[in-house]
Amino acid sequence: MHFAGSPELLRPASRKFILLTLVCGLLLNLLPWHGLALLFRPDFVALILLFWAIHEPRKLGFTAAWVAGLLMDISDGAAFGQHALAYVVGIYAAILLHRRIQRFTLWQQAAHVLPLLLLLQATMMLIRLFGGAASPGLGYFLSCLTGTVLWPAISQLFLLPQRGRQDTDPVYSTGHK
Amino acid sequence: MDHQAPPFFKHGPSPLARFMFFAFLSLMLMALDARLNTLNSLRQALSVAITPLQRLANLPAELLDRTGNFFVTQGRLQSENTAFRQRQLVQAVQLQSMQATQGENAYLRKILGIHQRRGESMVTAEIIYTGRDPFSQKIIVDKGSNHKIQAGQPALDDVGVIGQVTRVYPFNSEVTLLTDKDQAVPVEIVRNGTRAIAFGHGQDGALELPFMAANADIQNGDTLVTSGIDGIYPTGLPVAVVSKIERNAAFAKITCTPSAGVNRHKQLLILIGEVRPVLPPIPVDPDSAKTADGKAPALKKRRN
Repeated sequence: MHFAGSPELLRPASRKFILLTLVCGLLLNLLPWHGLALLFRPDFVALILLFWAIHEPRKLGFTAAWVAGLLMDISDGAAFGQHALAYVVGIYAAILLHRRIQRFTLWQQAAHVLPLLLLLQATMMLIRLFGGAASPGLGYFLSCLTGTVLWPAISQLFLLPQRGRQDTDPVYSTGHK
Repeated sequence: MDHQAPPFFKHGPSPLARFMFFAFLSLMLMALDARLNTLNSLRQALSVAITPLQRLANLPAELLDRTGNFFVTQGRLQSENTAFRQRQLVQAVQLQSMQATQGENAYLRKILGIHQRRGESMVTAEIIYTGRDPFSQKIIVDKGSNHKIQAGQPALDDVGVIGQVTRVYPFNSEVTLLTDKDQAVPVEIVRNGTRAIAFGHGQDGALELPFMAANADIQNGDTLVTSGIDGIYPTGLPVAVVSKIERNAAFAKITCTPSAGVNRHKQLLILIGEVRPVLPPIPVDPDSAKTADGKAPALKKRRN
């Protein structure tokens, strides 16, 4: 298990892998969601950006978050800069908290990610409300919950390539081989 | 964060500085885009960049759709075919009488000196996805400026008006539905020709007729069609049916249900022809009737 207070030693993630995960996230967001599925769809790009901001804050910069945000704006037909600003806000909060969050177990991390996702979503809502849009209701924040639930799974998946053979953690070395 | 790192490591600007920079950039973009509309080329470039990803994301659903189509039974195809043939026969007969009527109408209009309506040409477009933005009612279709589509053109289905093209990219375009909060369409009631403007209601997919007097002649079940006075929508396309009227205040609260819908079909039509009626020439000022140019007198006036 991933014990609180003792983060395992991981190999650094390669930039290519980070980029690949971001493109995958974008693809998942672009799937033709609609109706109830759309209501519950987590913002995969936001989740992945937060993940890398927490685990590799030196490698995932604001630039990547900002560009990903612009692409989301275009594909959603949203206000230009809406996702971009929200992602930048989320990433900033995640970078401030990354040392703290890394020390927790996955579910405890998820509990930290929930307020980050809510902050992100609230930023977008504020921008639109300032722009004169009607409030979409509390259902708008449902996607944050699904995102939180997905956090442990996404963490496990993305940390896999960085747990190399040199892993000396007895639990993991028996678990992997 | 930075105070923990020894000063001889290079970190570049602090996170706060970078955050401020990008936040400022985003706010600038928002303002430029929303108020000045100067970023269309950037939008277009980004949209072209994201198109392959978008197509890739639509692939699974499309494949599923196609496999489903492949296993359609012979019997269903046959019954569908018969139904289509019958409908085609009925429509052919109607079309014949319509051609005669059109000819007659054109002749009468000519006699009366009313301007001819332009012929309308249209493009069939397929819905790629319904908009994911919960604040607006939009759909994205697969035809763009490469197919002569321009912002402002109306989108229809077989029943009536769906909405209006609001943004055009090279390979796709964005159609804002009538039910969007910012969308308005000039309508008239078929029964008595009363004109009104229908506004979208947002989330619940209804339309509203504001500013109608409490005693206005309007009933439940009245059909609203486009009046065509805006020069954008052609005349006489079904828009909505009145579903609820409350006459408590000075203005009646009238709610309508849109006739057309995007939930039924994947295809829609976009009118690309010139629908705008030819406006009569601006009357020349009697004082300066000598100048043939319509603009010159206006300029002179301003100088005085």
